[in-house]
Amino acid sequence: MEVYGVTLASRLLLGTALYPSPAILAEAVRRSGAEVVTVSLRRESGTERAGQAFWSLIRDLGVRVLPNTAGCHSAREAITTAQMAREVFGTNWIKLEVIGNHDTLQPDVFGLVEAARALTTDGFEVFPYTTEDLVVGERLLDAGCRVLMPWGAPIGSGRGLNNLYGLRAMRAHFPDVPLVVDAGIGLPSQACQAMELGYDGILLNTAVAKAGDPARMAEAFANAIRAGREAFLAEPMPPRDMAEPSTPVLGMAFR
Amino acid sequence: MKILVNNEAREVAGPSLADALDELGYADAVIATAVNGDFAPARSRPTLMLREGDRLELLAPMRGG
Repeated sequence: MEVYGVTLASRLLLGTALYPSPAILAEAVRRSGAEVVTVSLRRESGTERAGQAFWSLIRDLGVRVLPNTAGCHSAREAITTAQMAREVFGTNWIKLEVIGNHDTLQPDVFGLVEAARALTTDGFEVFPYTTEDLVVGERLLDAGCRVLMPWGAPIGSGRGLNNLYGLRAMRAHFPDVPLVVDAGIGLPSQACQAMELGYDGILLNTAVAKAGDPARMAEAFANAIRAGREAFLAEPMPPRDMAEPSTPVLGMAFR
Repeated sequence: MKILVNNEAREVAGPSLADALDELGYADAVIATAVNGDFAPARSRPTLMLREGDRLELLAPMRGG
């Protein structure tokens, strides 16, 4: 997968939140094969310094970071957070989230497009967390985004691909744009399904972090994503409504 | 002067943002700063003068999805 001129061998982008321990997070990243992990910025206590220890752990993993603007509810908040993230993490990449609803964590697509345009103008390479809405996708591309990341289902819900038709339409509508399903994936089979649709990658966190054995689940996702990609490239057969015998009927006895 | 640091009231002498960070124990921390909702780049900290009531945000790397 190529995004913003960077070729990634792994199509799994992994989140770093919610793991039982830093050691389990590190092992999950290793077994996932992910080359990109998502990170965030939060208020730092002058005494605890939790952020410094976390950053040291991530740097030791030797992976590329994709900072997010999680929790931002306006374009202005997201823009300021992105600017702060660029300085701390030393990357122009930003996973842009502008949240519009507390319950569903649904993107505020109006604020998203506004922030994407401002950040692109400022030299950022924006990975927008969006919906499967095609018009919003067009607006994000117009704003300078070179990758789109539609949700599969609400963040952390583990419900998989809620709108299969919409995601399929998005793939067909943007054949040359890298598309990454971001959020809502709960099982490797769901990630595999997205890859079979022709999606370029999967970004997930909770499904791995909240598994009984996160490192094992990370590897399971890596395998499923590879399988789905191979299946897509192998061009699946079209489904049929009626049965079609696979064993030849020519030469059948007793006829 | 009284300012808000990560939404907590603090008393600092300042006068610059860099001075305040030193006082607050963040001199060697990997953090990004914002004052009154606007990003304050690291290079601006020595010359950015704080004022009474300023809202300072100090953000550090954290886990994220």
